[in-house]
Amino acid sequence: MSDTYNRGKVEDFGRWTEFSAGMWAWIFHKFTGWVLIGYLFTHIAVLSTATASDPTVYTNTLQGLEDLLIVRILEVGLLAVAVFHILNGIRLLFVDLGVGLEAQDKSFYASLVLTGAITVASVPTFLAGAF
Amino acid sequence: MAEHYTSFDRGGRRWLLQRLTAVFLIGTLTFHFFLLHFVNHAADVTFLQTQARMSEVSYFVTMVLFLIAATFHGVNGVYNALINQGIQGTQKRVVGGVLTLASVLLIAQGIRVALAMAGIAVI
Repeated sequence: MSDTYNRGKVEDFGRWTEFSAGMWAWIFHKFTGWVLIGYLFTHIAVLSTATASDPTVYTNTLQGLEDLLIVRILEVGLLAVAVFHILNGIRLLFVDLGVGLEAQDKSFYASLVLTGAITVASVPTFLAGAF
Repeated sequence: MAEHYTSFDRGGRRWLLQRLTAVFLIGTLTFHFFLLHFVNHAADVTFLQTQARMSEVSYFVTMVLFLIAATFHGVNGVYNALINQGIQGTQKRVVGGVLTLASVLLIAQGIRVALAMAGIAVI
């Protein structure tokens, strides 16, 4: 068993300035998880109404949503959330396997940087035809 | 180093399923996002294209498994987060029941949507 040290509780958010990389990873993973499960329920609800009647309703619903700039921006946000959750999730799988524990803070920073790079690179694709 | 890196009960069935679905979702979520935003732009998607994709058995089955895995992974994550916040006893049982019901309804409705997309008449 490893040595332990008292890092305090992550739930005690008032002392956020003292949080370690792993604690921020925990918070971001929880936050992105809540967003993704919320989105899944919303996604099925929207597709349900879009497929409830004739095929033109589906096409018009999707294209009507894509005509809204705010939807395009939210899609970029959704990608950022999904990419971080995936990358940090891979990091967590390695942590669970006991691989790279000594570099778990660096792998969190790498997840953040990679998420930022992929998100920025995706912006032209998401905003194409939005203006 | 902390003794535990997860708030799940280690070695439990939910713990293992959360990780197995995670591995599956890494592939399917990436595929889903890439196909419907980068290969095909969401703004250009039409019902006919969706129907063509959903009419392929392998794609249909993958999407249904994706739905089931994502629902389990997400709802189990919420359940775990709430246990981490300290719910127990009756509260825990009620939350578990509500989340299970919500999952069953989401999967059932998601499959109805998938069938409608494939052009198969549903109730």
